[in-house]
Amino acid sequence: MEGAELAGKILSTWLTLVLGLILLPSAFGVSLGISEIYMKILVKTLEWATIRIEKGVPKKSGLKNAASGGIIQRDESPMEKGLSGLRGRDFELSDVFYFSKKGLEAIVEDEVTQRFSSEELVSWNLLTRTNINFQYISLRLTLVWVLGVIIRYCVLLPLRITLAFIGISLLVLGTTLVGQLPDSSLKNWLSEMVHLTCCRICVRALSGTIHYHNKQYRPQKGGICVANHTSPIDVLILTTDGCYAMVGQVHGGLMGIIQRAMVKACPHIWFERSEIKDRLLVTKRLQEHIADKKKLPILIFPEGTCINNTSVMMFKKGSFEIGGTIHPVAIKYNPQFGDAFWNSSKYSMVNYLLRMMTSWAIVCDVWYMPPMTREEGEDAVQFANRVKSAIAVQGGLTELPWDGGLKRAKVKDTFKEEQQKNYSKMIVGNGSFNLESD
Amino acid sequence: GPPSPAHRPRVCSRVRSRNSALSLLDPWPYLPSFPPSRRGRYWRCCSRGAPGSVMGSRASTLLRDEELEEIKKETGCEFGQITRLYSRFTSLDKGENGTLSREDFQRIPELAINPLGDRIINAFFPEGEDQVNFRGFMRTLAHFRPIEDNEKSKDVNGPEPLNSRSNKLHFAFRLYDLDKDDKISRDELLQVLRMMVGVNISDEQLGSIADRTIQEADQDGDSAISFTEFVKVLEKVDVEQKMSIRFLH
Repeated sequence: MEGAELAGKILSTWLTLVLGLILLPSAFGVSLGISEIYMKILVKTLEWATIRIEKGVPKKSGLKNAASGGIIQRDESPMEKGLSGLRGRDFELSDVFYFSKKGLEAIVEDEVTQRFSSEELVSWNLLTRTNINFQYISLRLTLVWVLGVIIRYCVLLPLRITLAFIGISLLVLGTTLVGQLPDSSLKNWLSEMVHLTCCRICVRALSGTIHYHNKQYRPQKGGICVANHTSPIDVLILTTDGCYAMVGQVHGGLMGIIQRAMVKACPHIWFERSEIKDRLLVTKRLQEHIADKKKLPILIFPEGTCINNTSVMMFKKGSFEIGGTIHPVAIKYNPQFGDAFWNSSKYSMVNYLLRMMTSWAIVCDVWYMPPMTREEGEDAVQFANRVKSAIAVQGGLTELPWDGGLKRAKVKDTFKEEQQKNYSKMIVGNGSFNLESD
Repeated sequence: GPPSPAHRPRVCSRVRSRNSALSLLDPWPYLPSFPPSRRGRYWRCCSRGAPGSVMGSRASTLLRDEELEEIKKETGCEFGQITRLYSRFTSLDKGENGTLSREDFQRIPELAINPLGDRIINAFFPEGEDQVNFRGFMRTLAHFRPIEDNEKSKDVNGPEPLNSRSNKLHFAFRLYDLDKDDKISRDELLQVLRMMVGVNISDEQLGSIADRTIQEADQDGDSAISFTEFVKVLEKVDVEQKMSIRFLH
């Protein structure tokens, strides 16, 4: 019996501490400064670890430079220059050199596949998940790593799971209760409070430190908020600073429960799996939503899939055809403290959440940007590219024209046909060639 | 009496499962044993293994010191370059069995849109095989290593380095020689040309291009291009610059 009493006492002290130090401040949007102290200690420790490694690694490996900016010298010259000829030159046996070099360069390092796995870090952050190479350095460093594992799994993980549990249950409960009220401004205000509080609790469940820049450009009602996508956490990060109407598929299980509860309190847009294929239906519903100026701004991720936060890939034009004001937002994570990218083909959602909760922290910057609208004579694709460039520049990310869907799908044949056409023009020249089929 | 052999595997598997549970999220940094033995050290080159994978299969994604030395001798690549390329190899190896298949290569978009993509991929696979291991991968890549000046006069008695001018030309020759009979026939040249131009040039025009090329190159009158004739045609071309990939350091 004594053991049970002791366990009960510990549990109640634990919960009181959590309530007092974390939950109540979140409800009022106040910070006690505990996370700042934690971050300072963490930064100091990681710096120490980096210095130890640099002392220990022999000079011959030379890997430090490799992580930044590519490992080989890519020849970006167009086909004409690469084949070293003027237009109208004839075919030569050496033409095959150009294609084979380009092919081998792509095999050693290509722009696309590296975006679908976690970014490699230049210096070790005491997590054995994303690192380039390992070598036994010293006993002290190993002990620090073991200490880190103990802290992360025995201290941080239980705390975070408790917070996540409390946060999600409060969300479901709160939104269901608020949903019972009749439509009024009180209901909207209450629903906002519930959303914000629960999101703040969930962010603390990940030890998230978020810096918001340019808050004056925060998305307004009746607009569409567009951001680059790295993980499901993006949603959490954005909703901590404002309320959005979310768009997405109806899921089953826990996600489904959360979705159904949320939609009671404020109008989110959830689609059935069958409806999402009907592009016209989706566009119509979104247009109806933004036409009502009292409704919350819609949150959309035009890339359509998670990218590893080093680049922005092609924005799908669907969201840009709706009309309305686009509010771009750039999100950039600091990979030093924890890798936020969800590699959905490798890790399940549960595995991903566990990784999140056993990292040091999630640190990110969010930049709100001035609103953009489609200009005269600009079609949806050009508008999408314009917004994409703006986000890439703001977040310090590389801009790529490739489709994020290449994570799972094969590349279209049209690109190869384009290359073949260019080459044909070169070897026959003068634009006068017979087409095989017309 | 003495423990039956059936007991022994159970002890090993218990240790294994304990390790693989931890390797779920935070793998032990120095595999496979602690403290690491000085001899035969393992290099853990960025192997992002599947969660919960058994230690045995994970070990196959490691690169041993001895293998590193052999590859270094064979290809002439530097230590840092080899480990970097090993990371690339493991990231392409989606099946995580230590070898690459043709599908693994096809997954690279920039290679899939290359008109000669299939021929290049084929160059990695030895005759009749469907999988290529890291040694084979490095051996093919080594053809594109730049020719260093101080190497030209080195080991005259040893085997020719993989990135010599002659071997680079051999690589290109094999791209044309579809049936590997050491000759480029008119048919083979036509097929490769068709790959490069797609549907944009007619059969007749392509045929005349092929005929002209063979006529210019052929010296022994067999209407095919042998390797010596191939080398002769390309003697003025700067093969070194066109078929080399430089590492940034």
